[in-house]
Amino acid sequence: MPHVLLDLKHPAIAKAGVILVAIALACLPFALTSNFGTAWVRITNLAILYILLSLGLNIVVGFAGLLDLGYIAFYAVGAYVYALLASAHFDLHLPFWVILPIGALVACVFGVLLGTPTLKLRGDYLAIVTLGFGEIIRIFLNNLSRPVNITNGAMGITGIDPFRFGTFSFARTDTVAGLAFTGPIKYYYLLLVVLLVVIVINLRLQDSRIGRAWEAIREDEVAARAMGINTRNMKLLAFAMGASFGGVAGGMFSAIQGFISPESFVLVESVNVLAMVVLGGMGNIFGVILGALLLSFVPEVLRYTVGPAQMAMFGRTIIDPEVIRMLLFGITLVGMMLFRPAGILPSALRKRELETAAPPTATAPT
Amino acid sequence: MSAAPGPARALLVARGVSKRFGGVQALSDVSFDIREGEIYGLIGPNGAGKTTLFNVLTGIYPADGGEFVFDGQSLGAVKPHEVAARGIARTFQNIRLFANLSALENVMVGRHVRTKATVFGAILRNARTREEERAIEKRGYALLEYVGVHRRANDLAKHLAYGDQRRLEIARALATDPRLLALDEPAAGMNATETGALRALLERIRGDGTTILLIEHDMKLVMSLCNRVLVLDYGRKIAEGPAAVVQKDEKVIAAYLGADVTLDVKRA
Repeated sequence: MPHVLLDLKHPAIAKAGVILVAIALACLPFALTSNFGTAWVRITNLAILYILLSLGLNIVVGFAGLLDLGYIAFYAVGAYVYALLASAHFDLHLPFWVILPIGALVACVFGVLLGTPTLKLRGDYLAIVTLGFGEIIRIFLNNLSRPVNITNGAMGITGIDPFRFGTFSFARTDTVAGLAFTGPIKYYYLLLVVLLVVIVINLRLQDSRIGRAWEAIREDEVAARAMGINTRNMKLLAFAMGASFGGVAGGMFSAIQGFISPESFVLVESVNVLAMVVLGGMGNIFGVILGALLLSFVPEVLRYTVGPAQMAMFGRTIIDPEVIRMLLFGITLVGMMLFRPAGILPSALRKRELETAAPPTATAPT
Repeated sequence: MSAAPGPARALLVARGVSKRFGGVQALSDVSFDIREGEIYGLIGPNGAGKTTLFNVLTGIYPADGGEFVFDGQSLGAVKPHEVAARGIARTFQNIRLFANLSALENVMVGRHVRTKATVFGAILRNARTREEERAIEKRGYALLEYVGVHRRANDLAKHLAYGDQRRLEIARALATDPRLLALDEPAAGMNATETGALRALLERIRGDGTTILLIEHDMKLVMSLCNRVLVLDYGRKIAEGPAAVVQKDEKVIAAYLGADVTLDVKRA
C-alpha cells in the first residue's frame, strides 16, 4: 500500500524529499538555538507533544468518528503515572522505559473505562459524557491529596526525574564535536523518534482491516454491524489506542517539564487538541500533523511579534499582546472553518492516493 | 446449484415470528421456509412488515415471539455482527454505503468478518497480514467486477450513480461470503435497463449457489425471478407459493388493490 505523501509520483523524488526533510529536521534545533534561543526548542518540543496527542485523538475522532472532548485526561493519566513513579514524591525513581509502557497501559485502561459506558452514545451525547470524564479526572487529581496524599493536589508534583539512560541524562548539556546538545535538544530528537513511530503506526492502522472497520463505524454504524463488524470491540479498541498514545505523550511531557499540576490538563487543552485535528483535516494523518503544528506555533509566533509590531506602528503598546494574540488566533480559526470546513488537508489528498493506486489483477470470484 | 427448488433442504426456517412496536403488531406469527438455492420473494403493501422481518432476521430487533432457524441453528438472541458471521448478509432499503470510502474499500470492509488480522498484525504488518490484505483487495476488486462497478473502484461511494450504489451494496454483502443474501428493494428507483441488469445479476448469484431473500415492489421482477413468494399484509402471512399461483390469489389481489375491487381492474 503506498503511503500518502511519500508517493509523490517518482520514487527517486520521494526519496530525495524524505532525505531533505530528515536533514532539515536534524538541523532544526541548532538553527533555532542560535537564531532565537533555547526557548524555541522547548516550544518545538511542546508542538511535537501536541502532534502526538492529535494523532492519538485522530484515531478516536478521525477514524472511528467518536467525538471525544475529554481526551486530555489520558495525557494527564500518563503524566501523573510518570510523575508518581519517577520523583521524590513517593521516592520512586523507576527508569523511563519501564514507566512509559506502564503509563500507556494505565491510560489504555482508562480509555476502556470511558468507552464502556458510552458505547451506545454518539455525537453530542458522547461529547458531553467525555467532557465530563475529562473534568472528573482533573478534579480527582486536584483532590487526591487527602486523606492519603497521592497527587499532591493543586500544588502539583515537582522535581520529576528527567529521562536517564545509564549515565546519559536528558537534562544535562553534553558537548559532542563542538555542538552543545542541551536538554531540550536531546528531548527533541527523542520526540522525533517517538513521533516517527506513532506516524508509522497510524498509517498502518488506517490502511488495515482494523482501520477500515473504524471508518465503516464512522460512516454508518448499522451497516458496519450488518457487515459483521463487532462495533463494541472496535470502538473500545479505538478508545484504548487513542488513550495509550495520550498516555505516552503525557509521560514525556512530565519528564520534559519536571513539574506537573492539574492546571496543565484543563478542558481548554482538550478543545485545543480537537481543534488541531479538525483544523488539519479529520482522519487525514498529515493534515492532523499540519493542524497541530499551526495551532502550536502560530500563537507563540504572535506572542513574540504582536508587541514589537505595535511598538513599531504606534510607538507604544495599545492592546495587551496576550489579548490580541487570542483574538487573531480566534479569527484565524473562524476563517479556516468558513473557507475550508473539511480542514486544511481534507480527504481529497487521500482520493488522489486512491486514484494513483493501480487496481490489482482481477480474477473471478469463487 | 440448480434453480429448481425440488427437494432441496431448508436453509432458513421462520417459526411463528412476531414483533410488536407499541400498539402496532408489525409481525404476527409469520412462518415460512427458504430452500437452499432459490430466490424467495417477500412482497406486500407498504407497511406490511417486510423490512421489520429483515431487521428481526438480521438481529437489529429482537423477536417478541418465535424464532429463525438458519442452517439448523437458532438465531435466537444473536447479535447483528454474529448473524453476518453465520452467513446472512443484507442490503438496505435506503442505501447505507460507507459514503466517504471508495467503492473498493466498501467491499473490502465486507471481508472483515472472514479475515483475522489483529491490531498487532496491522501495526507490525507481518507476512501473514500482508498476504491477507492482498487477498482482501483482490477479492474486493473481483466482486466489483462481478457486479459491474469495477470501473468506479476508486471513486468514493457517494459519488457513484444510483444504480451503481445499489449494485455496490450487493457486492459488499457478497464479500461476507453469505449463504443467504437478503436484499431489501434492490430495484427501487431503477429504470428498466438497470432493472434488467439487476435481474441478470441476481440470476447469476443464484446460479453461483447463493440463496436469495428478496423484498421487492417491482412485480414484474418478482414474478419472473422468484421461485416462490411470500405475501405479507399487516404483519400476517396471507399467501405463499410459486409466483404464478400467488399472483392469482384473491387475498393477495385484495391486499394490493382493496377488498372490493373486481379482478378485471388492471394495474396502472
